[in-house]
Amino acid sequence: MDMVAGKVKMTQQTLESSMDPMSSLRPVRIEARDVTVHYGAKQALFGISIEIPDRAVTSFIGPSGCGKSTFLRCINRMNDTIEGAKVGGVIKLDGEDIYDSALDVVELRARIGMVFQKPNPFPKSIYDNVAYGPRIHGLASSKADLDEIVVSSLRKAGLFEEVKDRLAEPGTGLSGGQQQRLCIARAIAVGPEVILMDEPCSALDPIATAVIEELIDELRENYTIVIVTHSMQQAARVSQKTAFFHLGNLIEEGPTEQIFTNPVNKQTQDYIMGRIG
Amino acid sequence: MTDQALSAGQQALAERKQRIRAGLGRRHMTENLFRFFGIAAIVAALGFVAILFIDVLSKGIPAFVQTNLRLEVTFDPEVLDIEPAPALQEGQSQADYRAARLAWERQVAMLNWNRIIEEALRRAAPAGFEIDSRQILSIPETDARHVVRALFVANPDLLGQTVPVDLVASANTDNWVKGSINRDLGDTQQQLSAPARALIDHFETEGVITSGFAWGLFTNVDSRSAPASAGLAGAFMGSFYMMLIVIVLAVPIGVGSAIYLEEFAPKSRFTDLIEVNINNLAAVPSIVFGLLGAAVFINYFKLPLSAPLAGGLVLTLMTLPTIIIATRAALQGVSPSLRQAALGMGASKTQMVFHHVLPVTFPSILTATIIGVAQAIGETAPLLLIGMNAFVASVPATPLDQATALPVQIYLWQANENRNFFEARTSAAIIVLLAFMITLNAIAIFLRSRLERRA
Repeated sequence: MDMVAGKVKMTQQTLESSMDPMSSLRPVRIEARDVTVHYGAKQALFGISIEIPDRAVTSFIGPSGCGKSTFLRCINRMNDTIEGAKVGGVIKLDGEDIYDSALDVVELRARIGMVFQKPNPFPKSIYDNVAYGPRIHGLASSKADLDEIVVSSLRKAGLFEEVKDRLAEPGTGLSGGQQQRLCIARAIAVGPEVILMDEPCSALDPIATAVIEELIDELRENYTIVIVTHSMQQAARVSQKTAFFHLGNLIEEGPTEQIFTNPVNKQTQDYIMGRIG
Repeated sequence: MTDQALSAGQQALAERKQRIRAGLGRRHMTENLFRFFGIAAIVAALGFVAILFIDVLSKGIPAFVQTNLRLEVTFDPEVLDIEPAPALQEGQSQADYRAARLAWERQVAMLNWNRIIEEALRRAAPAGFEIDSRQILSIPETDARHVVRALFVANPDLLGQTVPVDLVASANTDNWVKGSINRDLGDTQQQLSAPARALIDHFETEGVITSGFAWGLFTNVDSRSAPASAGLAGAFMGSFYMMLIVIVLAVPIGVGSAIYLEEFAPKSRFTDLIEVNINNLAAVPSIVFGLLGAAVFINYFKLPLSAPLAGGLVLTLMTLPTIIIATRAALQGVSPSLRQAALGMGASKTQMVFHHVLPVTFPSILTATIIGVAQAIGETAPLLLIGMNAFVASVPATPLDQATALPVQIYLWQANENRNFFEARTSAAIIVLLAFMITLNAIAIFLRSRLERRA
């Protein structure tokens, strides 16, 4: 296990040294082939194929109802919870099919964390919010261990200094931006490899948004991040790779810089110029 | 733009304003009309509730006060012709002693205790007052002799002594004293004879007859031979046992099936059918549940008639749909974002339900449950069909003993022949039942507000 990890690390270093980190991409972490989604009789996604690089931010952009959130929810199988949703095609995490019947969805979601559009902390204390994941997955061996996980997760989410004196207070009492960072801390606490973010800033004010964007940029060092966003500026600011969705199709994908400066597809160009959406 | 066009535009504007104004009056009228109807409905509803409460309270409160007799009772050895109580002798076995004691008590029961009471009453009456035995004994309640006898059994040394004894006045005496019967009615229409009525008035001025709080209403069981001593203890315990059975059975089964149906059951035609039927069950008249209970629990499972166990089971069946529907509604009200948050963290469905969904719905489930139980406690019709309207003169020791319930007791008392006396008792029983219900609802509201504040 360690050896494999070492090898991966080595490859990454070679890659990093040889290429510009903004325009080039790291090794593939998630690979999707011909993913389709039906909600009952209605088809929401038409054969999406994309590769998501390790330890980088990939953003999905596109107008409302284009299927970007639907595709995001395929990656940690949240669509399973929707009545009548049917997912086709293959999604692989580290070469492993996540829709394989042998794979436990609980384990998958421990590896792929998710942050939702509306901050949704549990109606429990700040501490319990962050401790919940480690508790259910049995990740902490002692109380001290758990304390350590909670503190470090809150630190990584940039929230610790603000809440360190009121860990026992309810998480729902925080401001919107703090709640969203609490949700990020909660996701980090499980030690996921991938974090999915579904429009994480759409319910926040510009200042809270800036804080979260900064945080995403920091988290990129350790996590593979996929973010769905309505804001093209946000995609341009935080992501290294961008994919443009329209009407359930993946129109164009590539390094963010290229998508925003030199899109190949006419539709992408129109969207970026603000002509559709 | 020309002047003409401008004026045409202004004209159109004025016309539109005019039209809106023309409709305003009608709109306001509709609004005021609805407001009026709403207020009228509330006033009517509150008015009826007020009438109910005023009626019940004004009729029932006098029943919490009873008429007492305080008599100097002489345990006259000439009347009480009995040997001393047996004492445990040396070398006598416990069983032998108990047998001897029982034989003595049987003898005590045979003595003429009414004579003792009659003499005490005559001593309290003015000298030479003319009244026959039957008439004078109609003043105290018929169970007076049991009270005096019990005193003697407990303390055989009383023989030959004179002690003050508190007795309950008969229901008819109570009516006369409280004015529940018209004093101007002729002799033929009075329950008490003229000398008895005169003697009661005399006793009242002498302080032999007094009023006191009717503790017996809470500590005694129902009684027909001694209506003034009839109480609610048996009915209360019957209701209490049934409430326990409903809580123990209906709550876990109801909440459990609601959780399963709402959270785990696949949505299929079969579960739809179950849902429709549960909703229908909630609308089934309660007497039908009584019939079902009689057929299933009494005839098939041979549970004892009139037992709180059978009653509790019937009420459980009746309450289940209410609890299931309320719990499902509470579960449906949980925001999907909470469920997603839990699932997104990798919680299993069971963990999602028990860690997150149930805690936030707990206050509403609790309230629904308590209100469902309170409804069951107030139910009468199904209990009539499983024999709980029988006359039971004992406090049930277990849920398998015969019992009545509070609402059934109300039903029985309101049908009693001695209307003058039992009208008040019935209202008093209604007050007790309402107090019981209001307490349950208050607990529900208190717990709800407390739990919600904590959440």
